[in-house]
Amino acid sequence: MTARTVLDAQDIDRAIVRISHEIVEANHGTDNLLILGIPTRGVYLANRIAQAIAKNNPGFELEHSLGRLDVTMFRDDLKSQPNRAISPTQIPVSDITDRTVVLVDDVLFSGRTIRAALDALVTHGRPKAVRLAVLVDRGHRELPIRADYVGKNLPTSVTERISVKLTETDEEQSVVITQ
Amino acid sequence: MKHLLSIDDVSKDEALAILNLATEMREVNTREVRKLPALNGKVVANLFFEDSTRTRISFEIAAKRLSADVVNFTAKGSSVSKGESLKDTVLTLEAMGVDAFVVRHHHSGAPQKIAASNWSKATIINGGDGTHEHPTQALLDALTMRVRLKGASDSGDLAGVRVLIVGDILHSRVARSNALLLRKLGAIVAFAGPSTLLPRTATTLVDEVYFNLDEALENSFDVVMMLRVQSERMNSSFVPNSVEYTALFGLTDERFENLGGKALIMHPGPMNRGLEIASKVADSDSSAISEQVSNGVAVRMAVLYRLLAQESK
Amino acid sequence: MKSIVIKNATLANGSVTDVLIDQGVVQQLGGSLKGDRVIKGDGLMLLAGFVDLHTHLREPGFEASETVLTGSKAAAVGGYTAIHAMANTNPVADNAAVVEQVHRLGVDAGYVEVRPIGAVTQGLEGNQLADLGLMNKSKAGVTVFSDDGKCVSDALVMRRALEYVKSFGGVIAQHAQEPSLTKNSTMNEGAKALKLGLTGWPAVAEAGIIARDVLLAEATGSRLHICHLSTAEAVDVVRWAKKRGINVTAEVTPHHLLLTEDAIGEYNTVYKVNPPLRTNTDVEAVRAAVADGTIDIVATDHAPHAAESKDCEWGEAAFGMTGLETAAAVVYTTLVKTGLIDWEKFQFIMSTKPAEIGGIAGHGRPIEAGSPANLVLFDPKHEVIVSGNTHSKSQNSPYIGMTLTGKVTHTIYNGRLTVTDGRLVELEGNNA
Repeated sequence: MTARTVLDAQDIDRAIVRISHEIVEANHGTDNLLILGIPTRGVYLANRIAQAIAKNNPGFELEHSLGRLDVTMFRDDLKSQPNRAISPTQIPVSDITDRTVVLVDDVLFSGRTIRAALDALVTHGRPKAVRLAVLVDRGHRELPIRADYVGKNLPTSVTERISVKLTETDEEQSVVITQ
Repeated sequence: MKHLLSIDDVSKDEALAILNLATEMREVNTREVRKLPALNGKVVANLFFEDSTRTRISFEIAAKRLSADVVNFTAKGSSVSKGESLKDTVLTLEAMGVDAFVVRHHHSGAPQKIAASNWSKATIINGGDGTHEHPTQALLDALTMRVRLKGASDSGDLAGVRVLIVGDILHSRVARSNALLLRKLGAIVAFAGPSTLLPRTATTLVDEVYFNLDEALENSFDVVMMLRVQSERMNSSFVPNSVEYTALFGLTDERFENLGGKALIMHPGPMNRGLEIASKVADSDSSAISEQVSNGVAVRMAVLYRLLAQESK
Repeated sequence: MKSIVIKNATLANGSVTDVLIDQGVVQQLGGSLKGDRVIKGDGLMLLAGFVDLHTHLREPGFEASETVLTGSKAAAVGGYTAIHAMANTNPVADNAAVVEQVHRLGVDAGYVEVRPIGAVTQGLEGNQLADLGLMNKSKAGVTVFSDDGKCVSDALVMRRALEYVKSFGGVIAQHAQEPSLTKNSTMNEGAKALKLGLTGWPAVAEAGIIARDVLLAEATGSRLHICHLSTAEAVDVVRWAKKRGINVTAEVTPHHLLLTEDAIGEYNTVYKVNPPLRTNTDVEAVRAAVADGTIDIVATDHAPHAAESKDCEWGEAAFGMTGLETAAAVVYTTLVKTGLIDWEKFQFIMSTKPAEIGGIAGHGRPIEAGSPANLVLFDPKHEVIVSGNTHSKSQNSPYIGMTLTGKVTHTIYNGRLTVTDGRLVELEGNNA
């Protein structure tokens, strides 16, 4: 088994800062932005992105703009998977209409998680727009889904495994490809 | 877990997993669209051989919120001697393709019988059998206690919580399932009731037994759960009459005052206001009776999800 | 008729002998006897053919569960040479016509002597006496009367019945169950019933009726028999009555000697029976009562039921279990093998005493020259895993899958083999 580090800790930090800038730029500011992380690591990345936005935009209030969205119940592979743990969903506002929601996940692969996330999101209301931010886009999409903000595009083979390690859950911080 | 027949089949870990899942389902029930696609395409049959509109509706809403198709079969008093047998009813519905049966039956053990037979491959959920068990009621009661005593986001057990269950223990499936589950979760459970309705052998099911409600209430319970007393008990010499029952075993205004608002008041419903529980008590801030009903949907969603969301192995 | 010689069999008293059987009679005991047919008796017990005082043959009326013929075959395989057919048929055996019909069917079947039991009350309803005298005078010659399945709960009716049958030496076999204490009851009262949410069946419902009836028997000077005694309390009452000199006999079933309420598990309807399976304390009490003579006999209460009567909810399931084919092994396993009783006592409770209570000549006789040849050979070494493959028409045996010790190898009824090497002999024609 060979392992290859494609992003180190600093690369990840830089990518997060860059994505945060891009989000604010595309949104023409922070008005009505709602950042939602997809468990598990998407939640940490969303947290960091929101922190980075807040740092440069004093009007951006985390308690009304950062949340998490569990997509387990909306997955299309529920039947074949053992009982997955369900984690809490927190939408920090009572109404998401007129909000621009940025979904955050660590790796974009088949697109099925994001499809589930879109279904989960509409049970909470009708957002104005939904964007997608991912740390790594490894290709091999099975659905017509693309990311708006990408930390790094990583062409991979289907058999390769990508593991994202973040300081919140892991000892180190890196993105590693193993064969 | 393939079936939910008795709390005996549910380990402590499994019970906590259901309660924690139900906590998430409570959140789902506050969303704008209260529907999850998890059981899309599954068929849940409510097989009710005994009237119970509230339990049936609760299961029906739970299944529909998970996108399952629901069919209702109601056959009060059906038996071998009168019309179709349980076996033929199950075989018929099985042949139409049912993934789960929620069984409510006037005979104790009817869901166990279906599960143990080769009549059906479906998942069996006990929706209350005779005077035996009502496991989803116990789960919703445990969730209600946890939310009220420990907060909505708590994910732990009920260690040390003192629960008093009052009334017709002999005929109560709610009492049996609660005693089993709450003790599994670490609670201390006591029964109180007239000795005709609280057999001596009840000491095998709970930690404490009282034949005098006032004496029981002096022992600082965190939860007091009143059971419905059927009017037919008065006619078969279990209890002299309803006035005496209320005087000795009812949660009256006076007894409630003496509790000083320290205990959570619960009732599985439907209530006989003025008989086992005073109206003011049922409507007080200490009462969790309407939360029990709403938690019922969340718990049944959690049970259906855990039993049906994956292909049976 | 060809003669039969059984070589080297062991009698209940422990002696080893050859036995010559001819013309339906035991001709000779001794060494080196010769006959047309030789059966090796080495290691086998030769006992008087078993007599069952409590069998449900279901005919007429419930032929889907059992017939006189299938029940007779099951009895023969179990080592029985005589059985008493309970009255709860449809129509009820409360008149001469029905008992004569059952008797006739028994003769036609030819495997065992079938003695009908007459109902105590019309339609088993507990109100009016059945045609007790006419049934006694009929060709069936009924002497045992029982409403079994139901209790003669009315004290006055019970008193009159006891008094009435006294004139012709009859006996009332009471199914002791106070109905008001057992409304909706389906299993023994106690922690297990509470756990399963089933209405309990208190011991006092049995012992209370027995207490009343032994006093009635004393007051009337009549003979009383207690069916299927199941509780320690009932044992105490019967013991007291016998000590007092009351003319009472009592039976226990094989299943109450072996099984407890724990067998029910999660509502296994095979173990739903009336009276219900009790606790370990009760099992020990009835075993001890057999050993000390308080309980006189073992009777099967063989109660066959068609599959659909058991393949349903516990509450809808029929009460009863089969027992004819397994009784001897259960009694041997629970009483002889455990050292509680010896072979003479085994023969007494399975044959001698039930024949006496039933007033049935030619059965339960000592094995000696001149006795009618109603005999059984029993192998106490043979271990059997009970299968569902039965001669009874019904499969509601509580022992299926269990290992029991002891097997009937041969049964001889009226000098003819009905069972040989454990297999039923198919008889042709009427008593050919």
